[in-house]
Amino acid sequence: MDLNTVEQLIPATGREAVDAFEPGDAWLAGGSALFAWPDPKLRRLVDITALGWRALTATDAGLDIAATCTIAELADYGTHPPPAEWPALAIVRGCCEALRGSFKVWNVGTVGGNICASLPAGPMTSLAAGLGAECLIWQPGGGERRAAVADVVIGDCVNALAPGELLRSIHVPADVLRGRAAIRQGSLTPMGRSASLLIARVPPADLAGEAPAFTLVITAAVARAVTLEFAEVPTPAELDAAIEARLVLGDYFADPHGTPRWRRHLVRLHARELLEELTGA
Amino acid sequence: MTFRIDGDEHEATPRAGQCLRTFLRERGRTGVKKGCDTGDCGACTVHVDGTPVHSCLYPASRAEGREVTTVMGLGTPETPHPVQQAFIDAQGFQCGFCTAGFVMTAAGLGEEQRADLPRAFKSNLCRCTGYRAIHDALAGVVNVERDAAGASVGRGLGAPAGPEIVTGRVEFTMDDAPAGLLHMALLRSPHAHARIRSIDTSAALAVPGVQLVLTHDDVPQMLFSTGRHTTRREDPDDTRILDVVARHKEQRMAAVVADSVAAAEEGVRQIVVDWEVLPAVFDPAEALKPGAPLVHGDKDAVESRIVDPSRNLVGEVHTVCGDPDAGFAAAAVVVEDTFEVQRIQHVHLETHGATAWLDEAGRLNVRTSTQVPFLTRDELALLLDLDPSNVRVFAKRVGGGFGGKQELLCEDLVAIAAMRLGQPVRIEFSREEQLAASTTRHPMRLRVRIGATAEGDFTAMELELLSNTGAYGNHGPAVMFHACNESIGVYKVPHKRVDGQVVYTHTVPAGALRGYGLSQSVYAVECVVDEVARRLGIDPIALRERNVVAPGDRFVAMSDEPEDVEFGSYGLDQCLAMVRDALADGSGEPVPGPEWLVGEGVALGMLDAGPPGGHHADARISLVPDATPAYRLAVGTAEFGNGTATVHRQIAAQVLGVTASDIELVASDTDEVGHDSGAFASAGVFVAGRATLLAAQALAARLEELGEEGISVARAAAEAITGEGTFTGSPRSVAFNVHGFRVAVLPATGEVRILKSVQAVDAGTVMNPLQCRAQVEGGTAQALGAALDEEVLIDDEGAVVTRNLRTYNWPTMATIPPTEVRFADTHDALGPLGAKPMSESPFNPVAPALANAIRDATGVRLTRLPMRRDRIWEALADAGLPGATFPAS
Ligand SMILES: Cc1cc2nc3c(=O)[nH]c(=O)nc-3n(C[C@H](O)[C@H](O)[C@H](O)COP(=O)(O)OP(=O)(O)OC[C@H]3O[C@@H](n4cnc5c(N)ncnc54)[C@H](O)[C@@H]3O)c2cc1C
Ligand code: FES
Ligand code: FES
Repeated sequence: MDLNTVEQLIPATGREAVDAFEPGDAWLAGGSALFAWPDPKLRRLVDITALGWRALTATDAGLDIAATCTIAELADYGTHPPPAEWPALAIVRGCCEALRGSFKVWNVGTVGGNICASLPAGPMTSLAAGLGAECLIWQPGGGERRAAVADVVIGDCVNALAPGELLRSIHVPADVLRGRAAIRQGSLTPMGRSASLLIARVPPADLAGEAPAFTLVITAAVARAVTLEFAEVPTPAELDAAIEARLVLGDYFADPHGTPRWRRHLVRLHARELLEELTGA
Repeated sequence: MTFRIDGDEHEATPRAGQCLRTFLRERGRTGVKKGCDTGDCGACTVHVDGTPVHSCLYPASRAEGREVTTVMGLGTPETPHPVQQAFIDAQGFQCGFCTAGFVMTAAGLGEEQRADLPRAFKSNLCRCTGYRAIHDALAGVVNVERDAAGASVGRGLGAPAGPEIVTGRVEFTMDDAPAGLLHMALLRSPHAHARIRSIDTSAALAVPGVQLVLTHDDVPQMLFSTGRHTTRREDPDDTRILDVVARHKEQRMAAVVADSVAAAEEGVRQIVVDWEVLPAVFDPAEALKPGAPLVHGDKDAVESRIVDPSRNLVGEVHTVCGDPDAGFAAAAVVVEDTFEVQRIQHVHLETHGATAWLDEAGRLNVRTSTQVPFLTRDELALLLDLDPSNVRVFAKRVGGGFGGKQELLCEDLVAIAAMRLGQPVRIEFSREEQLAASTTRHPMRLRVRIGATAEGDFTAMELELLSNTGAYGNHGPAVMFHACNESIGVYKVPHKRVDGQVVYTHTVPAGALRGYGLSQSVYAVECVVDEVARRLGIDPIALRERNVVAPGDRFVAMSDEPEDVEFGSYGLDQCLAMVRDALADGSGEPVPGPEWLVGEGVALGMLDAGPPGGHHADARISLVPDATPAYRLAVGTAEFGNGTATVHRQIAAQVLGVTASDIELVASDTDEVGHDSGAFASAGVFVAGRATLLAAQALAARLEELGEEGISVARAAAEAITGEGTFTGSPRSVAFNVHGFRVAVLPATGEVRILKSVQAVDAGTVMNPLQCRAQVEGGTAQALGAALDEEVLIDDEGAVVTRNLRTYNWPTMATIPPTEVRFADTHDALGPLGAKPMSESPFNPVAPALANAIRDATGVRLTRLPMRRDRIWEALADAGLPGATFPAS
């Protein structure tokens, strides 16, 4: 829709954009969230796609996904074909498909925009949390900081970015990518909005004993990602007990996309399926 | 900045916050549609450098230097793109408002997307078709048939506007741009119940570009109803154009008119209101209790036609036919249950909108998205104290209605503003206004009780319902009466008790919606009929065959006095048999896996052809000398995807021995014919079609009388030869629908898969099998949304929570299975050329058939709609169903 209070749309030219950020400003990435929700406080849009960041950078340390990487670019990278040395990327496709919007929204929507829109059903938040990614954030005054996704997206449409802070990229460690991961989405409707989205992962063989043997990341059913790590592969009963110990009914998210009670059930059910899929337990 | 749009260069500077959608429309690319403005419906899809995007989300300035292609540039009516041609050949549209988006999405698919079409189209909403015809278009299926002179009826002709629709050239309501156009935005109430102590508009008037602010002090205070009926007394007069009291959240309280939408919106934000917040009531049962806050306590019962304003009671019915008590006493089994049916919204893809202006003669013209141009004209004239002849109301093609446009929701305000300012004024609702502040289906609580003998003969029926009309009574009483009529009238047992009440609450008003009360009551009644069958161990179809009315029976519901409803034809027996056969023929999807529970369910519905109390239609057809097409047919009814524009031409062509393409149709314009009640109550074919038939017959008779010679004389004198027809909608016939489902339910998650869906319909002579099938498929799809997912949710403060198409779960291509449509072989003695209506009724039996199938599969009866996955699972878990409870480790 037209954002009728916006007076200026300016391209971000470089890091200094962070210092020039004013009240009434918003970073413009794909615009697919911004242009869908009127916010009469908006006066300026600062276009960060003008920064020309490289979408995806693979190094020995892992994968850096620029905030402005579109969901389409990410889906393509994760699919055609996924780099063999990084089996955990198998979940990328599922995360992209968990977005309620179709490929036409993928064409514009960005990974960073998805995280910063901070919806519980944000599948890029799920992906980042699921793969233990770290966010790199540019701060006004020239600094930068790093934070886990669960410390950036902290509530329903609430994030911990200070005014002017800009998500630069997310970093997924190679050690995680070399492991295996799996995903389960639950929704009220076929191909619908996520009511729960679970990602589980196991480390590569060479990290056995060092990294947690099984990690479960619960998103969409809760407003802020919950990560459960197990030093040893849990039994189904242990896994269920750990979920129940961590989350009570009131912790589950309530909105038109599903009741808390059902979401809790889906989380328990899908967690067990993921355990079986990844560990055979 | 330079833009390339459909191959042309444009020098322009978009506004900073402007999206590509409005930028393109301002440049005449009005094929680019708005269904939501939030990226959900896909109607605005265009290609930017060949990549399909939703132009409502795309910053306009980002398209600078890129190649933008819209549906209008993709192809032309003369040389359509292959995808556009495919949509014509398959008739992959009804109202056509979604078509640009589907065409542009289809034309932009890659290999990967083509492999999974439901996924590729999950951000494309079509409310009319149920997607089957769109699938056909994507698969290259040709559905349209060829015409033949004098033999149009019964052929699957395509819509005459097809080539213009698929290329984005057909004009909908908001697709013109009159010079000097001003824009209106509305201040809506932030409170569910509050009184304006004072309202300060000075800051609003100071906003640059603002021309006018209207508050309750500036407009006539006559009471009326937004609901439109042939007789205006059917609805309570409880509404003011602008009221000093807000009775629901988002009620329109003031209007700002400005040079631009942006200025109008800013004006609205600058209005300062001092509110006196008042207590509110949201639950209909609470609203009836003594001491409840009153929604219309200030009204006079007689003057406003409200049964009891001091109890929030708008209307009620309490009737007894025969001796129900004796009937229940004589029963071997008595089954009773209560049900809850939710609020849903029409989601016609074109939102409400209207433009008003004064022509050179000083006449008020209103171009609006309406199903009822004549009734709107009459009420506007009354409200504004104008002679009806000084008001013209007309509709171009209407982008869906489903009852939502049998309502006067915005025309009054733009008319007043245009008269004040002497300039054209437009209002266009946002999807949010549509979902949060426009009408919905009436939510109802229903109790049904049926008694039957051991052999399965019903001995008595009882129906009690409590309907929540929201803050205004538009359609409230009429919907209540309709709900209590055909739902039980279809069963012949003469012992019936009906208790209905419709009450006010401080919530968004309900109104007319496809089925008009029957979708709620048929659900409740058909569920209980199913339980009776189970209790008696009788096949549910056989039980219905035993108990339904047949020619010779009387229709008994709220009265046993004969009404004007007759069996013009009867195909219910065939419909029941066809559904039985279809469910038994082994077709359908396989069961997904061993954990799934499988069941079957059926339900039926009956619909009177047209409303009680008459429905008026005039038609006029002329042979115009030297014109092409040779004949000009004028009808009053509106085309909004119901297909009447095609059928009316087929009827006239049949009579006159020509082809449909020889007939030009003008419709939905108060200047063209005398009167027409409008496109509602399924009257398009049965009533307006009858008027068309009479007009064509009159013309044929006249032509015969004149002979070759007389016709030549008229031609030489450049005189048109004309026939006229009028029908007042009585007597009425009855149409029938029977739906059957086979479903699989996964207890672990509550997921339902439809393995087989079949609807058998008795539409009399099928005028256009393609369109009739499409109506059934579209009605089924809309009903499936209502049965499974859709709900307008309201919070504890009376605010609508589901304010956009992302939270309001509408059915996508991925949700809707194919439905097999079977036609009964009947010919109606009352309908035009044997036809009966078939646009509302397919909706009604779907939810109960599905509930019955789920009951059959799981043993659990769901008594609340929608049957969302979470609620199904919760019900199964509560019943302790193995597989639904969390498996013990
Ligand atoms: C049909 C449809 C379905 C959708 N379904 C979903 C869904 O299922 N789940 C979901 O989460 N979202 C959904 N969305 C919303 C949205 O499309 C996605 O969240 C998308 O990923 C947002 O990315 P964007 O680049 O378009 O964000 P933008 O709209 O550009 O920005 C979103 C917000 O983040 C801020 N922002 C953007 N980038 C940065 C940055 N680098 N640093 C700091 N702040 C930043 C912006 O200022 C804005 O507040 C849907 C949208 C549509 C149209
Ligand atoms: S109008 Fe753009 S997607 Fe609906
Ligand atoms: S034809 Fe698709 S919305 Fe009407």
